[in-house]
Amino acid sequence: MIASIDTSLIDWSRAQFALTAMYHWLFVPLTLGLGVIQAIMETLYYKTGNEFWKKTAQFWMKLFGINFAIGVATGLILEFEFGTNWSNYSWFVGDIFGAPLAIEGILAFFMEATFIAVMFFGWDKVSKRFHLASTWLTIIGATLSALWILIANAWMQYPAGMQFNPDTVRNEMFDFWAVTLSPVAINKFFHTVLSGWIVGAVFVMGVSSWYLLKKRNVKLALESIKVSAVFGLVASILVAWTGDGSAYQVAQKQPMKLAAMEGLYEGGNGMGLVAIGMLNPDKKSYTDSAEPFLFHVEFPKMLSLLAERDVDAYVPGIVNLIEGGYRTSKGTVALSAAEKIERGQIAIQALADYRKAVKDKDPAAARQARTLLDENFAYFGYGYVKDSADLIPPVGLTFYSFRVMVMLGGYFILLFLVALLWIKKNKFADARWLQWASLWTIPLAYIAGQAGWIVAEVGRQPWVIQDILPTGASVSNLATSSVQTTFFLFLLLFTVLLIAEIGIMIKAIGSEELKS
Amino acid sequence: MNDTYLFLQHYWWFLVSLLGALLVFLLFVQGGQSLLFTIGKTELQQKMLLNSTGRKWEFTFTTLVTFGGAFFASFPLFYSTSFGGAYWVWMLILACFVLQAVSYEYQSKKGNLLGKKAYRVFLLLNGILGPVLLGTAVGTFFSGAEFVVNKGQLTDVAMPVISTWASPWHGLEAAFVCWNVCLGLAVFFLARIQALLYFINNIDNAEIVQCSRKHLVIETVLFLVFFLAFLIHLLLADGFAVDPETKEVYMQPYKYAMNLVEMPVVSVVLLVGVAGVLYGIVRTILSAAWKKGIWFCGTGTVLTVLALLLCAGWNNTAYYPSIADLPSSLTIANSCSSPFTLKVMSYVSILIPFVLGYIFYAWRALDLRKISEKEMEEEDAHAY
Repeated sequence: MIASIDTSLIDWSRAQFALTAMYHWLFVPLTLGLGVIQAIMETLYYKTGNEFWKKTAQFWMKLFGINFAIGVATGLILEFEFGTNWSNYSWFVGDIFGAPLAIEGILAFFMEATFIAVMFFGWDKVSKRFHLASTWLTIIGATLSALWILIANAWMQYPAGMQFNPDTVRNEMFDFWAVTLSPVAINKFFHTVLSGWIVGAVFVMGVSSWYLLKKRNVKLALESIKVSAVFGLVASILVAWTGDGSAYQVAQKQPMKLAAMEGLYEGGNGMGLVAIGMLNPDKKSYTDSAEPFLFHVEFPKMLSLLAERDVDAYVPGIVNLIEGGYRTSKGTVALSAAEKIERGQIAIQALADYRKAVKDKDPAAARQARTLLDENFAYFGYGYVKDSADLIPPVGLTFYSFRVMVMLGGYFILLFLVALLWIKKNKFADARWLQWASLWTIPLAYIAGQAGWIVAEVGRQPWVIQDILPTGASVSNLATSSVQTTFFLFLLLFTVLLIAEIGIMIKAIGSEELKS
Repeated sequence: MNDTYLFLQHYWWFLVSLLGALLVFLLFVQGGQSLLFTIGKTELQQKMLLNSTGRKWEFTFTTLVTFGGAFFASFPLFYSTSFGGAYWVWMLILACFVLQAVSYEYQSKKGNLLGKKAYRVFLLLNGILGPVLLGTAVGTFFSGAEFVVNKGQLTDVAMPVISTWASPWHGLEAAFVCWNVCLGLAVFFLARIQALLYFINNIDNAEIVQCSRKHLVIETVLFLVFFLAFLIHLLLADGFAVDPETKEVYMQPYKYAMNLVEMPVVSVVLLVGVAGVLYGIVRTILSAAWKKGIWFCGTGTVLTVLALLLCAGWNNTAYYPSIADLPSSLTIANSCSSPFTLKVMSYVSILIPFVLGYIFYAWRALDLRKISEKEMEEEDAHAY
């Protein structure tokens, strides 16, 4: 047993969860995107009776299956790591967070598990209609699964529909719909799933382009490119739209994350959005006088528009958020970080006093402590924060990841547009530069997805539950060496399996039977 | 505590127990993996075995995930205490399941890095360790585990973790308790029995069927030795009782035997379950033409495990006792979610029969045609 939480334990627990989540997100987006594309292809087979579409759908399903298995495996670890590595978190908010996970299992996973077996093994065992329904239900199950876990994640970014119960020492849900239909959850769901659709579209277009470069499976490649380019263009435009919605929600609910995304230290009215820029490595602290950027180019007033829907609106920077005193969009005066920390400490002490008063059977003292706790609970998590500087997420990682994600998002729209144009002109089959570009875009689609999650998760540090529970107070009481061991175990396991998956994919794509 | 809340706690313990029972039934997939090299003498036979139980691995996996999710939603204190404390046991179980998830799909594919044999050995490992570890972990529901829960710890800013594990082995110490291992081995041999019965039902190959029947006898003997030893010990052992008034946990002689006496319906479920398991096995051994043993044995398994888990949690019993600090023991009352969450989740649970319905329909549609050599040799067919 340890008497205080070791910071290296927190860091290793973070690292293990990040490792699992990042590996998981290598496989899930392809499942979400490719699943829809193969279902569209099978629908074309069902409608036309053309065997070509059946073979094409089966080919993509083969790749889907290889990818699906490892996505499921990493997802299992992720679910249980909430308990194994974040046990305090599991109790403190399990009353709210557990529900989406259970619903995910009951409503989504079983649907996926049942119908994927029919999809793979039922071609000659069930009717065409039942098979098509199974293919669609597989991807609907996968998407529903994403819905519930993203609702859970969104709730961590914007806790709603719950209240703290000092008797049970946990947060308890009182409004299920506030949790499931929060604007953060809706935006997050569409933004994330649509980004998976882009990965699926880019993957199909890239693999098909490789066939065109090799002059093989030309019909399969060209028809697949037609489907994926349309699908990808729709998805990437919608991703841009929901991305704007996500940024607005971040500005409203997590202003520190927005400030880190922009490298914005000193806020103000009519702030510009950084298009490109390089952060100054000499800027070590929010208190020093070093300039935040070595260079940067801005879109004037765009950050204010993005954050408040008003080109002249005030957007706080990191310094403003720490020092407080500015007027928020709701008309209130923002508290400083020091004031929030003080109120958090009052809340924690009030909880201790309340429990003591209940134990001593002193209702008057309990009532008084309860009132104090309720008044300050909004800042409960700040009570665990030692230094105001700990409230600032890693600015560099958040800033650059955001730019990578946005720039690649713009590039995908352009690529799909060009691809559609070239298809319309019947020039895609001869445009080797476009085929090479499509092929090399595959890793970029994955990088964009990873960058997006880095913005979402690193950018919200130090919070596990925004303002309510910091990462350091969520961790399980384990020996650091245990977490280090499992970290390296999973690192090795996932890496070996990833290499195996890529190897199998490459062999399957290049296999002889596709020549015909 | 009002009656509705009390009912919801019992209802959710029933659902979690049912999921646990279904999981033990579905461990026939693991049982099949452990028998891969024992029953499969040729490459073709091994392929048929892999495709028989392998097409059901998703169900075992999903049931485990849903079991975890349901536990998290309904009894979050168990989730935080057991998973965060018995770290190594759960991590080993998860690692086994990860290997299973990829091994079916990857083992026969070109470019799989490790070779076919390695993935099949992974399946063998999961087939042995998965049921044994799960059974051993469930054994702690009756024998107890070494943890301390102090919710007031949250107000200690330096060390706010409310659940701590008292043993440095972090769960591995459960493997040194004889009765935990006994249950683990019983689950393991039961998984193998079910796998053999499923092969007999699902594979159209005389040699595999004959070999499965032959192995059924020895596996049954071993299962009975460990299961009966565990059951007799359980009925004679002191149990972790809860005073309904003071909520104090104390040791009560013959607690689990008394639970069966005081809950006659659970006793009937247990007896019917055991009878179903034995009927499925014995009739399969005696009648060469009869292939439906898996359904009797499977149903019996679900009922038996359900009854045992109900015995662990209902009738004022601490389902996750702490042997390090008795008052920290978890009961369905002190570890459950709020009334609102349990109620919301109960509305969701209304959909469970619908889920079971479509699983049954799809399972039946796929199993109407048995696994055959012909199907395995078809080039177009998707097969493991």
